Amino acid sequence: MDFEYDDEQRALREAVRDLLNDAYGDWEKRRDASRTDEGYSTKTWQQLAEMGVLGLPFTEEDGGVGAGTVEIGLVAEEMGRVLAPEPFIPAVVLAGGAVAAAGSDEQRQAHLPSLADGSALLAWAHLEPGGRADAHAVDVKASGSGDSVTLSGTKEPVLFAGGAAAYVVTAALEDGGTGLFLVDASADGVSASAYATHEGGRASKVVFDGVAAQPLGQGGDATEVVARLLDIARVVAAHEAMGAMAMALESTTDYLKSRKQFGVTLNNFQALVFRAADMYVQLELTRSLVLWATMVLDAARESGDSSDVADAAARASLQVATAGRHIGQEAIQLHGGIAMTAEYRVGHVLSRLTALEHVFGDKRVHVAALSKGLEEYGEYDPLP
Amino acid sequence: MRLELSEDEVAFRQEMREFFTTKVPESIRDTVKGRHELTKEQIVESQQILNDAGLAVPSWPEEWGGRDWSNLQKHIWYQEMDRAGVPHPLAFNASMVGPVIAAFGSQEIKERFLPKTASLDIWWSQGFSEPDAGSDLASLRTTAVRDGDDFIVNGQKTWTTLGQYGDWIFCLVRTDPEAKKQAGISFLLIDMKSEGLEVRPIELIDGGHEVNEVWFSDVRVPAENLVGELNKGWDYAKFLLGNERAGVAPVGQVKRTLASAKEWAKTADRGGSLLEDPLTAAQVVELENELLALELTALRVVANSADGKPHPASSVLKLKGTELQQAVSELVVDLAGPASLASGSNENGTESALADWTAQASQVYLNHRKASIYGGSNEIQRQIIAKTILGL
Ligand SMILES: Cc1cc2nc3c(=O)[nH]c(=O)nc-3n(C[C@H](O)[C@H](O)[C@H](O)COP(=O)(O)OP(=O)(O)OC[C@H]3O[C@@H](n4cnc5c(N)ncnc54)[C@H](O)[C@@H]3O)c2cc1C
Repeated sequence: MDFEYDDEQRALREAVRDLLNDAYGDWEKRRDASRTDEGYSTKTWQQLAEMGVLGLPFTEEDGGVGAGTVEIGLVAEEMGRVLAPEPFIPAVVLAGGAVAAAGSDEQRQAHLPSLADGSALLAWAHLEPGGRADAHAVDVKASGSGDSVTLSGTKEPVLFAGGAAAYVVTAALEDGGTGLFLVDASADGVSASAYATHEGGRASKVVFDGVAAQPLGQGGDATEVVARLLDIARVVAAHEAMGAMAMALESTTDYLKSRKQFGVTLNNFQALVFRAADMYVQLELTRSLVLWATMVLDAARESGDSSDVADAAARASLQVATAGRHIGQEAIQLHGGIAMTAEYRVGHVLSRLTALEHVFGDKRVHVAALSKGLEEYGEYDPLP
Repeated sequence: MRLELSEDEVAFRQEMREFFTTKVPESIRDTVKGRHELTKEQIVESQQILNDAGLAVPSWPEEWGGRDWSNLQKHIWYQEMDRAGVPHPLAFNASMVGPVIAAFGSQEIKERFLPKTASLDIWWSQGFSEPDAGSDLASLRTTAVRDGDDFIVNGQKTWTTLGQYGDWIFCLVRTDPEAKKQAGISFLLIDMKSEGLEVRPIELIDGGHEVNEVWFSDVRVPAENLVGELNKGWDYAKFLLGNERAGVAPVGQVKRTLASAKEWAKTADRGGSLLEDPLTAAQVVELENELLALELTALRVVANSADGKPHPASSVLKLKGTELQQAVSELVVDLAGPASLASGSNENGTESALADWTAQASQVYLNHRKASIYGGSNEIQRQIIAKTILGL
């Protein structure tokens, strides 16, 4: 058993950290990136591609490096530390992940190398109005079969759909289940309108009106694939959240040591430093649970038995949701008014954590999922 | 002990309810209920309607428009305003500078300012905080130096809420740099159109612009704009902050939002009403119960503090009131779920497919983090409870 990164993983972390610090170490640069049409820095995206980060989950034949969740999570954590706005999870983990998992050879060749080298973006069109963080599509429906499938219905919010060359769309199948489809962004019958999200990203309403779509791979019910992708995304998002929380705690301890009121620095008030200590407790507990879930996912990838994955992802997400609210809210409170300003980084942590949580299922969703299995075990044993 | 309102109080409540729901335009009340931002014009219009009916400044002395109401009546007045979605009279005018001028100002200053303050023909801003003087307000550094008939003001205020609309700003300024912190401060009224005064916007994490920095470089202020005595400003500030705190527990608003949240919950999920989800239901019930305890505490306080002094429990109201306000705004984000991301969806003319209330959810949640910071942070409230109530 080992919860530490190995040398190679540490090297990857240093490289990514340096790159992202250059890009966003200065909070003004993140604000500038959020003001562009894309909502992120295309330059940074390209640099991440050159470093191999955008191809991490894909096989070498697909233009990637075949890395595990540990590496993918580590990258996400670094992105979280600077609140990098690049669409790593929606484009690479989800949309790319779906093509990798369910696409035919041609589809993988057509989309994954160009995603990995940064030349084309994929959007993950799954969330629907009134929908929650489950694996089903309801509003967007597929009709027809084989080469003549068309999609109709609305997806919203679709993250970073603006610059995407193609969408990976989930749709309700005529005979039940949820299928995965590829749709060209410029296809007839697609209309998309983009807007800014509260954490500085972009989302769109995308309406499909009888749009020609290609089923991924053999087509058919892909609910299981979607569910697995969402679980992976949850764990990767947990890493990203953890990075943001770590940054918020650092910022808070620095601030308590430097901000003076009543003639002394704030760390003279025990009421405040104890709360920083509680933030630290939450962060360490979160790190343990998230690293554990990461290892469960990688073990499942190797063994091909993914029966533990959903449970691990839900447990990690539940902890992250609780810790994220605690740390995000306390960071603001302990900074006082300054944390409420857009110019100051720390307040945005709460915004980012709130977004990450709600895209992949909030506390309620995970508690509900975990409640269902309570009768199946006595003591919960995390070790295989 | 007795639970019922008296016949008069019931009639009073009915009168308020009727007024607020029929005389204040529905468009304004819907803006409040939908948790959208009010425009300056809406705030002014609403207060003027109230003022014309003698309902804007009931706590002031009677000769300046006050009503000599009991604390319970004032409470009912607030509750009914909140229930109807009527914006409160601008706090800077009605509960901050107005009472200070009425209590400590000269006759001339009263005549000059109080009527326009009540009618919101003057929009006041509060110039207390500075970058280095937040919780430790008395360490403020903005100076006012006497020069003939004027003061010359230099320095910087910050966090000035809605300063972009402000006509006048009431400031704490240092008039005696030699005296110990609290002793050298004065309370000065400054025309925001004065030369040398500059308002700069601050953007908040929800993307909104409600606070500002106000910079003073050699701003000339006629000495007659001093309220009360020179170097006694700290006393007036304490009086003002006491009022601010007493009025700050947002019980009525939180109740209304929670009631709306129940409505929203019914349609939030395509799988059925979220109120059927046991966890959500439990959360709503617990919040409702905490809110009930708070409301009853407020009632207990107003029913028994006839002498007009703020009850020591007003810190309880501020502390718990803001916590519940934040908790309810958090609940609404959870009800919105993934749709809470789409905060910008009603901009750029997009016709979003998501419900209107979901677009505000995250921004209101983020914005409400301020409630436990300003008006005396919740840590400062705990300090007050520990020190002055518990004697610790
Ligand atoms: C949105 C917003 C609007 C505002 N509007 C106005 C306005 O219109 N006019 C105006 O004058 N001001 C306004 N304020 C300023 C507000 O009153 C101050 O932010 C507040 O007093 C806190 O000061 P600070 O932000 O400097 O935090 P600090 O005083 O630096 O406090 C930082 C943290 O330390 C804690 N702390 C400080 N001292 C102690 C202590 N002794 N013991 C324990 N904990 C302590 C605080 O509670 C806080 O958690 C506004 C603030 C905000 C955020």
